[in-house]
Amino acid sequence: MSIQRRTLLSAAAAAPLAGGLSRKARAQANTIKIGVLTDMSGPYRDLAGPGSLRAVQMAVQESGITGRGVTVEIVSADHQNRPDVGSTVARQWFDRDGVDAIIDVPTSSVALAVNGVTREKNKVFLNSGAAASDLTGSACSPNTIHWTYDTWMLASSTGGAMVRAGGQSWFFVTADYAFGHALERDTSEFVRNAGGRVVGSVRTPFPGTTDFSAFLLQAQASRAQVIGLANAGGDTINTIKQAAEFGITRGGRTKLAGLLVFITDVHSLGLQTAQGLVLTETYYWDLNDKMRGVATRMNLPNGAKPSMVQAGCYSAVLHYLKAVGDMGVAAAKASGIEAVNKMKAMPTEDDAFGAGSIRADGRKIHPAYLLEVKQPSESRGAWDYYKLLSTTAADQAFRPLAQGGCALVR
Amino acid sequence: MDDIFGIPAPLLFGQLLLGLINGAFYALLSLGLAVIFGMLNVINFAHGAQFMMGAFVAWMLLEYAGLNYWWALILAPLLVGVFGVILERTMIARLYKLDHLYGLLLTFGLGLIIEGIFRNQYGSSGLPYRIPPQLSGAWDLGFMYMPVYRGWVVAVAVVMCIGTWLVIEKTKIGSYLRASTENAALVQAFGINVPRLMTLTYGAGVALAAFAGVLAAPIYSVNPQMGSNLIIIVFAVVVIGGMGSILGSVITGFGLGIIEGLTKVFYPEASATVIFVVMAIVLLARPAGLFGRA
Repeated sequence: MSIQRRTLLSAAAAAPLAGGLSRKARAQANTIKIGVLTDMSGPYRDLAGPGSLRAVQMAVQESGITGRGVTVEIVSADHQNRPDVGSTVARQWFDRDGVDAIIDVPTSSVALAVNGVTREKNKVFLNSGAAASDLTGSACSPNTIHWTYDTWMLASSTGGAMVRAGGQSWFFVTADYAFGHALERDTSEFVRNAGGRVVGSVRTPFPGTTDFSAFLLQAQASRAQVIGLANAGGDTINTIKQAAEFGITRGGRTKLAGLLVFITDVHSLGLQTAQGLVLTETYYWDLNDKMRGVATRMNLPNGAKPSMVQAGCYSAVLHYLKAVGDMGVAAAKASGIEAVNKMKAMPTEDDAFGAGSIRADGRKIHPAYLLEVKQPSESRGAWDYYKLLSTTAADQAFRPLAQGGCALVR
Repeated sequence: MDDIFGIPAPLLFGQLLLGLINGAFYALLSLGLAVIFGMLNVINFAHGAQFMMGAFVAWMLLEYAGLNYWWALILAPLLVGVFGVILERTMIARLYKLDHLYGLLLTFGLGLIIEGIFRNQYGSSGLPYRIPPQLSGAWDLGFMYMPVYRGWVVAVAVVMCIGTWLVIEKTKIGSYLRASTENAALVQAFGINVPRLMTLTYGAGVALAAFAGVLAAPIYSVNPQMGSNLIIIVFAVVVIGGMGSILGSVITGFGLGIIEGLTKVFYPEASATVIFVVMAIVLLARPAGLFGRA
């Protein structure tokens, strides 16, 4: 009850007309507005897109917050993987439409732009889809939480496994934008620290590259033992497909390291082409009963299973609404920093990622799973794709707090 | 092994060959565009979507009807060609008398709608389609490992380009076509059904796009945006070659594939833009394109 009285009071104070409290103003004061900003039309649509929106809707339902008199409105938009579009939408949402929190935002270049806008407007940014570890490093913000995964985690898990298996010399095929650069940087550092060498890299234009064979031949000519694919989505699919076609890995001397491969990519490649690939995810629908439950309840079209990005949207919104419920709608709307601080102060707990926490630099931590793609004969059918190789504990999976160079930590 | 400009010779040869292979796709796609523009005066912006449809129809034939690649190579262009004929009859034919711009806008919109429908139905990350067993494997050329399938693509593309050129330049139906672009009213007066000729030309141009789509299915990810990734480059090819010039678009297609391939070695970051740099230079020096009639 106290929550309601407080919100009523603040709404009254904010009401522009002396005539009293309009119904609309009262409703707005008790409404949390969540904006799902994602790729609805491009290469990341399947791993985020409408599935992320669905995940957010499910989180709102399961949070139970609507039963306590709070209204949650969800809006969504397509950022077309363009930073200018993404930041324009974010500004409109914050300035005109009264959005309190932006969720998802795959594509690191767009995420970094939205990160800046959110901080300027003192709102909340819960990133699930983007990978660049800069979001909790040089670009960290008191308004941002980086939820699902990042380039450092991928480098350490997949990259680490490849180095341990004897891959000492690396060549990178890197998507030429913020994400690819971050992934190459983090993996290179990891390879060097583990005693390996980076013999070269090639930057491929993004978006717009469909033929990777030219880059693969350069990688092959470098005689590196591992070709690290610092790209994602359709780029990764094309690269793996064409590597098989050009016999890049024949003879077993050269290995491909898919540094960021989502389950939707494996689905698209087919097991015949993808089998044996080693990759890292933080959520796989078939790991345990709780994770299976998330996939069942999310019930995506055509029997698709949630990607870790979509699971991350679910988990992030669930936790955000928990914090909102605790601190009150008015306080959560008034200051994005306070809302994020509240989220950091509470331990996280949900079916998709289990127990976890959020660090001072905005990094959400949980275990990471090193997985291997099954052979066609081992799979029971569509979406039964992974074997678990090993699990990295939450406190080991992500970059140590002191190493990120985040200004919030110093 | 000797170096050429600091690049090992085998690597350079490999890249030239790959450039030629990509050039084959550019040539096939720009050929269809050039045929349509040359005969109908329509800038067919739906070409990329029709290319994508070719690849998807190949996938559907395999998935739903169990028909393999070889069937798809024949059936997909036919089916998509018929779809093109319907588009032409119901919509595009109404715009011939208007400015180019209207045809461009209509086909651009159609392209977006088709892409959207496929994206809604099949998602964006693509569908698996495998290289036919007869064409899998590779030749070891010494300087590179050349997949048999890529060789097949180049061979088929060259045959198709020469075939199309022969049909238009050397056959009776080709002469009707060329005549009706010069003066449709006069040709009609001789008792030739010009509207039907136009319809069939559009259908054939679309079928060429779909044919390229089937060729692309086993090597590129079959996804709804596969056409829009290529089509901008192909438009540049057509502009450089000279709008409507068939020979021009074929030669330019292969040539630009090679230029792009070399850029991928010397300065990979620019490989997506080099074609547009060439386009800008050509437009400044020869506005009608390399092979166009001013």
